[in-house]
Amino acid sequence: MSALFSPFVTKPDTVSQIMLKVLLSLLPGIIFYVWYFGPAILVSIALASVTALSTEALMLKLRDRPIMPFLKDNSALLTGWLLALSIPPMAPWWLVVVGTAFCIIIAKHLYGGLGNNLFNPAMVGFAVLIVSFPVQMTQWLTPNGLGQIDLSFADQLKYVFMGVLPSGVTLDAITMATPLDTLKTQLHLDQHVKQILDLPIYGRLAGHGSEMVSVGFLLGGVYLLLSRIISWHIPVAYLGSLFVIAGIFHLVDPEHYVAPLFHWFSGAAIIGAFFILTDPVSSPTTNKGKLVFAVMAGLITYLIRVFGSFPDGTAFATLLMNICVPLIVLYTQPKVFGKKEHKDGVQK
Amino acid sequence: MEVPRSFFSEGELRKLHKFNGGVHPASHKTESNHKEITRLTLPSRLVIPFKQHAGDAAKPLVKAGDHVLKGQMIGIPEGYISGAIHAPTSGTIAAIDEQLVAHPSELPDLCATLIPDGKDEWVKLEPVEYHDLSAEELRKKLRMAGVVGLGGAAFPSDVKLRTGAQPIKTLILNGAECEPYITCDDLLMREQADEIIRGAEILRHALDANEVLIGIEDNKPQAIDAMRMAIAELGYKFDVVVVPTIYPGGGVKQLIRVLTGLEVPSGKLPNEIGVQCFNVATARTSYRALEYGEPLLSRIVTITGNVRHAGNYEVLIGSPIDELIARVEKLPDTNGYIMGGPMMGIRLPSVEVPLVKATNCIIAVSEKLFPPAPPALPCIRCTRCVEVCPVELQPQDLYWFSKAKEFGKAQTFSLFDCIECGACSYVCPSHIPLVQYYRFAKSEIRMRTLEKQSADKARERHEFRDYRIEREKKEKAEKLAAKEKAALAAKEKAALAAKEHVPANTTESQPKAELPKE
Repeated sequence: MSALFSPFVTKPDTVSQIMLKVLLSLLPGIIFYVWYFGPAILVSIALASVTALSTEALMLKLRDRPIMPFLKDNSALLTGWLLALSIPPMAPWWLVVVGTAFCIIIAKHLYGGLGNNLFNPAMVGFAVLIVSFPVQMTQWLTPNGLGQIDLSFADQLKYVFMGVLPSGVTLDAITMATPLDTLKTQLHLDQHVKQILDLPIYGRLAGHGSEMVSVGFLLGGVYLLLSRIISWHIPVAYLGSLFVIAGIFHLVDPEHYVAPLFHWFSGAAIIGAFFILTDPVSSPTTNKGKLVFAVMAGLITYLIRVFGSFPDGTAFATLLMNICVPLIVLYTQPKVFGKKEHKDGVQK
Repeated sequence: MEVPRSFFSEGELRKLHKFNGGVHPASHKTESNHKEITRLTLPSRLVIPFKQHAGDAAKPLVKAGDHVLKGQMIGIPEGYISGAIHAPTSGTIAAIDEQLVAHPSELPDLCATLIPDGKDEWVKLEPVEYHDLSAEELRKKLRMAGVVGLGGAAFPSDVKLRTGAQPIKTLILNGAECEPYITCDDLLMREQADEIIRGAEILRHALDANEVLIGIEDNKPQAIDAMRMAIAELGYKFDVVVVPTIYPGGGVKQLIRVLTGLEVPSGKLPNEIGVQCFNVATARTSYRALEYGEPLLSRIVTITGNVRHAGNYEVLIGSPIDELIARVEKLPDTNGYIMGGPMMGIRLPSVEVPLVKATNCIIAVSEKLFPPAPPALPCIRCTRCVEVCPVELQPQDLYWFSKAKEFGKAQTFSLFDCIECGACSYVCPSHIPLVQYYRFAKSEIRMRTLEKQSADKARERHEFRDYRIEREKKEKAEKLAAKEKAALAAKEKAALAAKEHVPANTTESQPKAELPKE
């Protein structure tokens, strides 16, 4: 039956297509990930996908909602992928499963499901894991060629699922602290930025390997911008504010504060700017609001990275700013056609 | 927001303005715009509603059994905003009763049923020379000719010609025709540009406007040429402005914005900023009403969609739509009809309803042409609706408030500025029927306002009744007191007469001590 009320025509775009395009935009970053760190990340993504879809189905069933239309919207998959990409690929299998289940069950469905979550589900999952399982959450792989030994895919699988490493290989031999983490510890040891960046784990812009993963996410992000799935406001304001504050500190004291580009291509800054902070459900709807939201998130990210106790701050910056979204939206209402400019949230 | 685009028109540079958003749905205009306007033969009966315009219904002047001539007034305008209704052909009035009409409420309305006698015999027409008329007489003439806006809203044209406090600087003729499928104004401009331009001059004269701008979307090159030619031949200084094709660029406030850069203030009419806007077909009808004395009896309608002979037809007002459909031959999988365009039109409750003055288009619907939207998903706040909203609203918030019945908030977020153009629903990837939610919220708010008004009235009446009862009691008591006082005084007087030495002042204080109980 065609529609009963106007408009009788609609664009064929669907939520499912939008989410699918976002998933595809993650591929360049994932390809670089596999290139530099081996295929273990694919196992994490597969685990997260299966967990996301099954917990989504379970919750829909419990909430008495139609299962297929929602499973096909690809939103649970996206949450799973984003979480998988933010935890170490050599983490034990149950870490991915527990994290993803938490994202879908608690952060998404207990808030009312698709469209109703106040917080970015993937970042809630990440926060829970990093607080609850700090040791497992630091088992980052050393990029290929940099460590004492490169594990084969079979060996990686064996460790992820059974926790067994090949004889003679210790965990320390295949994992390392992240570039951001190393920077922080070395600065505490009174090393200068210049000396630290000479360490073999650093590449041209930031960490060797991981900087290229960020470049991959940047490529995907540009595609999202060009296909108008996201608007420029959040990525530009987030990376802009991160650049400006990092730049100021760097200009004042370059020996202790690393250059802004290092911050861009380290940790989750790029994936955060294009894929996480831009989650429409948990970010502001007004353009002005998006700018405020992202500028603040950029500042918080920098503060956590440089002065906080965690090596990266994107996840917590996202969650902290998610809390502020309703207020930001209320106070950044645009002018309505034919109405006068106004100062507060009420149109005159 | 303002990206000026310049076009050369009539040798001068005109800066065009932009409104926010807009959409580009598939235009579907080629189905109906390739052949000339066809005049359809007399239908077997005409059903003519007495309310075809915004405002109050016309009062019937005829009764069942009366014979009427073509052009004879059968309904006289009643009220400030109203329009006359005429017999579109000669024949006999078979009934004056309630019939199903094309209205979203699907409620019947008072109609005259006319059985044509086939003679098409005219009443005596009274053409006038408009230059000789005062503005008041000119408006009266249009009102009595039943001239209303033919763009879809059917607002009585004479009312729009009343100038308010603000003098009208710019008269705009709307030939944008931004809705998909509809081509009746396009064809009219191609074929009757001369009459449209003459009509525009009459309207300009009545408003005493300085300039006339004619907005036509750039997807109608033939109409643009025809209109420019007619202006050149008649020697007027009107300006045909080619505007970009975008929906809803033909919305009054949007077109005014594009052509003049002015924003009609929220809740106000264009004349408050010195602009008035008429549809091109209305201009032509005004011309014929004065030049030939011809009332509005027929209009051009696009019949298209799932039919064999899509095109534009000149049709008598009151023609039953089923007869029109039969002539254009619907295709077998037709499963409904839309009156108006696909963005803002309504589903016809039945094809037995009559065509009215506001009917610019009839679209035969099939599942293939109008595939059902997938089931609605929750809003993900992607704000595609915000990007396309021509009024710069926050449709996703209005949806939320309407759904939650938070009507106060919906009003704070400018619900009533929504023009229901449907652009938001069109782009929604969750396929939420957004406009339907806004219609629901608006009607709920209107109903509650009415209820509150009547409750206020009832309370006032009740309070007045209490007051009245109290007052009557008081009056009664005062009367009684006065009476008793008088009686007492009389008694005292008698006593005084008996005992002449009692001082007078003690009698004064006496009644005060014993006020009546009631």
